[in-house]
Amino acid sequence: MKQARGNVFLAGVGGQGALLASEVLGEAFLIGGYDVKKSEVHGMAQRGGAVTTHLRYGPKVFSPLIEPGSADLLVAFEKMEALRFAHFLKPAGAAVVNAQEIMPPSVATGRERYPENIAERLAGVTPNLYLIDALAAALSLREVRAVNMVMVGAASHLLPLPEDCYLKALRGRLPERIVEVNTKAFRAGRALMAPRGAGR
Amino acid sequence: MSIPARENVELLSGNEAIARGAFEAGVKVASAYPGTPSTEILENFARYPDVYAEWAPNEKVAVEVAQGASMAGVRALAVMKHVGVNVAADPIFTASYTGVRGGFVIVTADDPELHSSQNEQDNRHYAVAAKIPMLEPSDSWEAKEFTRHAFALSETYDTPVFLRSTTRISHAKGAVRLGEVSESSIAPGFVRDPAKWVMLPDNARRRHVIVEERMRALAAFAEEFEGNRIEWGDRGLGVITAGVSYQYVREVFPDASVLKLGMIHPLPSRLIREFAAGVSRLVVVEELDPHIETHVKALGVSVQGKEIIPIVGELSPGIVRKGISGEGIPVRPFEILPGRPPNLCPGCPHRGLFFVLNKCKVTVAGDIGCYTLAALPPLKGMDTCVCMGASLGNAFGIEKALGKAALGKVAAVIGDSTFLHSGITPLIDIVYNRGFTTVIILDNRTTAMTGAQENPATGRTLMGKATRRLDLAALCRAVGVDHVYTVNPHDMAQTEAVLKRELFREEPSVIITEAPCVLLPDHRKEKRPVYEVIPDLCTGCMACSKLGCPAIEWVPFTPEEAVAAAKAPSQKGMARINPLLCDGCNQCPPLCKFRAILEKKD
Repeated sequence: MKQARGNVFLAGVGGQGALLASEVLGEAFLIGGYDVKKSEVHGMAQRGGAVTTHLRYGPKVFSPLIEPGSADLLVAFEKMEALRFAHFLKPAGAAVVNAQEIMPPSVATGRERYPENIAERLAGVTPNLYLIDALAAALSLREVRAVNMVMVGAASHLLPLPEDCYLKALRGRLPERIVEVNTKAFRAGRALMAPRGAGR
Repeated sequence: MSIPARENVELLSGNEAIARGAFEAGVKVASAYPGTPSTEILENFARYPDVYAEWAPNEKVAVEVAQGASMAGVRALAVMKHVGVNVAADPIFTASYTGVRGGFVIVTADDPELHSSQNEQDNRHYAVAAKIPMLEPSDSWEAKEFTRHAFALSETYDTPVFLRSTTRISHAKGAVRLGEVSESSIAPGFVRDPAKWVMLPDNARRRHVIVEERMRALAAFAEEFEGNRIEWGDRGLGVITAGVSYQYVREVFPDASVLKLGMIHPLPSRLIREFAAGVSRLVVVEELDPHIETHVKALGVSVQGKEIIPIVGELSPGIVRKGISGEGIPVRPFEILPGRPPNLCPGCPHRGLFFVLNKCKVTVAGDIGCYTLAALPPLKGMDTCVCMGASLGNAFGIEKALGKAALGKVAAVIGDSTFLHSGITPLIDIVYNRGFTTVIILDNRTTAMTGAQENPATGRTLMGKATRRLDLAALCRAVGVDHVYTVNPHDMAQTEAVLKRELFREEPSVIITEAPCVLLPDHRKEKRPVYEVIPDLCTGCMACSKLGCPAIEWVPFTPEEAVAAAKAPSQKGMARINPLLCDGCNQCPPLCKFRAILEKKD
């Protein structure tokens, strides 16, 4: 799926750093010489709500929004959120999904159950499903907040930019003191994807 | 294939681009009240050198400050969300008459789809009603360029200028080329000119004539403005559009002819006629109201608009495609899943208060802020929410309608920043007109909903300077409230005792709940305990779940699982505290009759 234009849909839960991840990805594409547009909604969505970002790159990008059915890549920071936004994917699109489960209020208070068989249901949506444990990777670096850069690293494996673009973007966007751990997180994310032979 | 990296090009949000444009235009004074989706404009502008930027208590003040700076001959900016223009409308309508000296631009950031607002009003109507020109960029690149244009226009035509953004412009990022700073040619200094600045009826009458002449001149300018342009393509379909809708049209109909409007008031009638004459099918694609469509129809030109493009909500490429061609791309049905509505943060001090209010079974007139989220289950602690400051007036109106029957049954709930924005005058009304409405001010020491901005009660300014911290209790006493009490909302027993007493007081009273927002850096740095549920002690009674805290999770049991966990087979599950989310607020432990919630030992 590495190509000259593409649509990347990012989905997560407020507080997971999905917006910062999309910043780094967007910046990386600009550094890589692409036109980029990126859209998200701030405000109410910050408070534990679903957070989504539309990221589009190409020689020239018009719409800042991705149409449902036209995303090349879905990057989901939480398992159920992957399923919620799976309809944005193209039939041949790929999904990088963090296996972490975050209970929404209705589940946390026992009024509903967290949906079952999500992995199977996602596999029915796309043949290119990459289910990874980004939380474990971040925790092994002793930095739970680095889940987002693990996801960027994993997603990068399916995107057309050289690694340097992401690292430059990351250095440009993050405070100096957390660049190192986030660089490690990025590489850990890439490493999670490598054995799967993805991105050819 | 990719295009080469470009010099001085950055990826900026529309808001960052507007801030940059104001800086490049030489703006010296900027004032705003935070409001989604406009907030980041002033936050970014404040970081540029040699500028003054401030949070005003409300949008009316912001406009008046910016207008004053313009009177004194410097370029000035006022920024607000769409509903903020309602608050500021009074000075804006007369600023149209006075005109400007230094360029004066008012940014209105509209919120089609109500991502974070109480309505989705279309502020293009304000441009028409106030007779003020309005520019509307369609991406970050134009957001910066149009901001610069707006200041030049303002000085050339002696008028305030509206710059209209929408959520998808303000919060979308795109490439922007940074430019040089260009100063205004106007010399700073207030020049006495009563005929222009003193709007006594006789002066204002003469200014109105000037306003009408100005709008005619601007209508002529609109025909030549480079931001209004025809992109000829296939003549079979011609689309008139503006703002982000232009991008959707270009995306889904790359071959169509497009009349792209950058100035949406006044509209270029000659250009519209020329375009209409050159295409066989003419469509207007615009979000919300038929502003352009109405103008086109008034020219006697036949056009399709709101019969095929929705009037409600924001547009998208798919909606535009479907509206014009009737076709869509294949999309799999989306899954029905448990929702993830926004929620109060773990450890939020508001949760304690609303839990108590819920228990007291009072009618709660609410307001605009994070605490509006307490209206959602399981707290369901709010019964009304209209606009900034409405809670006090609404509660007092309920009191007056019901008389004595309202005693002990009605409260108004309002945040610190919202109270200072427009809660003071209705508090005066309650005192002046001998009410007994209980007012609760939720003082979390920040303007939380919009991302933690300073306000007069925080003791710091937008530019990071320490300042006098407004004393909320003293202010309430000064307007005549004799009963002002401060409580810690995390201590629900104390909060409940004070609330029950004040609700039944036959005089006005104010309760200030004081505890910092959990998002504030000082609070985040603090080391606090994390709580845990001792599984052996939890009976699954769900008392703690009623807080609706995201850190408290419910682990459901089947009868077999219950038995395996050494519980009665009838126990449906048990509570668990997510240690990654727990903020250590200590609200839940006292709710557990079985003392199953304890501090977690490392």
